[in-house]
Amino acid sequence: MQQYRAHVLVCGGTGCVSSGCHAVKEALLEGLKTHDLADEVLVVKTGCMGPCDMGPLIVVYPEGVLYRQLTPESALRIVEEHLLKGRVVEDLVYRTENLKPVPVLEEISFFSRQTRIALRNTGLIDPESIEEYIARDGYLALARVLQQGDPEAVIAEVKKSGLRGRGGGGFPTGLKWEFTARAPGQPKYLVCNADEGDPGAFMDRSILEGDPHSVLEAMAIAGFAVGANQGYVYVRAEYPLAVQRLSVAIEQARRYGTLGSNIFGTGFDFDVEIRVGAGAFVCGEETALLASIEGKRGEPRPRPPFPATEGLWGKPTLINNVETFANIPPIILGGGESFASIGAEKSKGTKVFALAGKIRNTGLVEVPMGITLREIIYDIGGGIPDGKKFKAAQIGGPSGGCIPAPCLDVPVDYESMAELGTMMGSGGLVIMDEDTCMVDVAKFFIEFCKDESCGKCAPCRIGVKRMLETLERITTGEGREGDLELLEELGQQIKDSALCGLGQTAPNPVLSTIRYFREEYEAHVRDKCCPAKVCKALLEYRILADVCVGCGACKKACPVGAIMGERRQPHEINTAVCTRCGACVEACRFDAIVR
Amino acid sequence: MKSLQDLERIRLKAQERMRVREGEGATKIAVGMGTCGIAAGARDVMAAILDEVAKRKLADVTVTQTGCVGLCEYEPLVDVILPGQQKVTYARVDADKARQIVARHVVNRQIIGDWVLARS
Ligand SMILES: Cc1cc2nc3c(=O)[nH]c(=O)nc-3n(C[C@H](O)[C@H](O)[C@H](O)COP(=O)(O)O)c2cc1C
Ligand code: SF4
Repeated sequence: MQQYRAHVLVCGGTGCVSSGCHAVKEALLEGLKTHDLADEVLVVKTGCMGPCDMGPLIVVYPEGVLYRQLTPESALRIVEEHLLKGRVVEDLVYRTENLKPVPVLEEISFFSRQTRIALRNTGLIDPESIEEYIARDGYLALARVLQQGDPEAVIAEVKKSGLRGRGGGGFPTGLKWEFTARAPGQPKYLVCNADEGDPGAFMDRSILEGDPHSVLEAMAIAGFAVGANQGYVYVRAEYPLAVQRLSVAIEQARRYGTLGSNIFGTGFDFDVEIRVGAGAFVCGEETALLASIEGKRGEPRPRPPFPATEGLWGKPTLINNVETFANIPPIILGGGESFASIGAEKSKGTKVFALAGKIRNTGLVEVPMGITLREIIYDIGGGIPDGKKFKAAQIGGPSGGCIPAPCLDVPVDYESMAELGTMMGSGGLVIMDEDTCMVDVAKFFIEFCKDESCGKCAPCRIGVKRMLETLERITTGEGREGDLELLEELGQQIKDSALCGLGQTAPNPVLSTIRYFREEYEAHVRDKCCPAKVCKALLEYRILADVCVGCGACKKACPVGAIMGERRQPHEINTAVCTRCGACVEACRFDAIVR
Repeated sequence: MKSLQDLERIRLKAQERMRVREGEGATKIAVGMGTCGIAAGARDVMAAILDEVAKRKLADVTVTQTGCVGLCEYEPLVDVILPGQQKVTYARVDADKARQIVARHVVNRQIIGDWVLARS
């Protein structure tokens, strides 16, 4: 095998694909060819490295220098300077807030504060090369498990690790495996839930795109442990890159004999097929997902019976999330105890979060459980940009809730999140600053749930719609006394009576924002005012007469002719005509227009 | 793959190729790859060193490149830094000398005095 003196890793996650990593990679290859370096320097396309706002980005090894926001032109400079002459190109490396260059990846706090287990290979290997996965101890756990030949020992190890489901529910994984193993009925099936419907979440997608073999290996291990020979990965059609890389991985695994019949010569057979879903949020719910795989409508059904006893085609079925699976090979190789030494009391190991919103470093991060939100937001995420103040963190997507500033030091684990009225969820973490209206946020999530409700049960189909209507009234200045109490009562009843997790958690964003930001709701209801100045209907645009010079720029910009005034005289806005589009504010060079 | 042994074989081979990504090795060999170095034949030197390192399966060695250091008439220059030791710079290296530098200096830890330009 050829030895290269340098490896250039080009991030090929979906984020970087859209910011132009293909052109950067082409430029690198072209440059290496021109300078006759193609035999010395290897270019590898990896999965998502995490810091999506820095894309397109590359890391040059052995030095481990990270270059970011590249163009084909700057990529050529890296070839000419770094790869040819060994000089780091200072102006293309990462810089801290006070502009200090930090070329080496391991010293950038975004990376150095993370603990990577599920993402151990993501961004570091070529996801389309099974050999690179094997080099990182890939398929070693499977080989050991099969050679040992004791399914109960595998389940015992997973139980010891304390691993809990990363798909949102947080159910102990080892127990679920045990239930499925003990359930009567043959054949048994295995399902990997890669539906990932939370808006803004992309943890599972990144694992499938960056390290698909880790999921396949874990599925084979789980199959052996519970006695299943057939697995399905349920992915949404909106994830074409994940589907493609997974297909390549399955094909390679079959060729290398880590999937198929008689794996490692031990007589164990296991194979995996992909099922592509149309991308409905409710199809992430396990019973709806199983119905969808069977070719039926993706609607939940009451549990019990749980899938562990009656799943696909009525047979015992183990269903786990992508990230849950990705943790399995390290648990087998390193032992359950060592995994359990990471994290919090009842929440072991790490969690991957998709950081988004008003935060300096957006992207994918994996942190030990029990870390505080403050550490995630300020140490890893780099804090809030533009000198704005932190207002709330939305965790757990549409099923979760909002955490206010006074709770920033609460540890992030399953129990603490539940106490705060939210949930760990699957890993969506949206940071909001002072310019965010919490009523508007609650409305956004409840609207999402209304759209995604399957309509099977009344509390969710009708109740969630009523909650949305009430919020719409509040945000348009039609709020009435008693609305908040109504929302609280209705929310609680939906939580108690809806059939599936979608309805049971849909009120969370509303209830948690009422709990922590009640004054903001009251300002909307009583004073017909949106303190964050987001809810359009509650805004009133006004021109400050002593600042206005009468230039007329606003008058020209207003699309509905709501502005009146003579030249050189202070202008005025006719609020009856004004549609609150904000065009005049943009147009005014004197900051004379206020809301 | 039919057994754990097959997996082990593939793993060791692939690991060797991936070692570059684990960071810099304790021993460093740097070849002068400025325009002057390349004109004097640094490319063959680089190829020879990479080949020799691969053939001998030297694990902890990083091969890099440097730009012109202003000593163009002595190119191709090769620097060798063993862990905890001074940098030794060899002058007018060719492919054959390069292989010997790897064998004698890097592997057997004997500096080849006659070819040395500087120690720092
Ligand atoms: C509305 C709804 C959507 C869900 N979406 C997902 C999802 O996208 N991915 C996922 O893994 N689990 C999702 N779940 C949780 C699954 O029902 C199930 O608990 C999970 O896949 C079990 O795997 P785990 O134990 O490894 O977490 C969803 C649940 C509900 C109620
Ligand atoms: S709670 Fe909503 S999504 Fe779930 S079954 Fe009822 S209507 Fe469907």
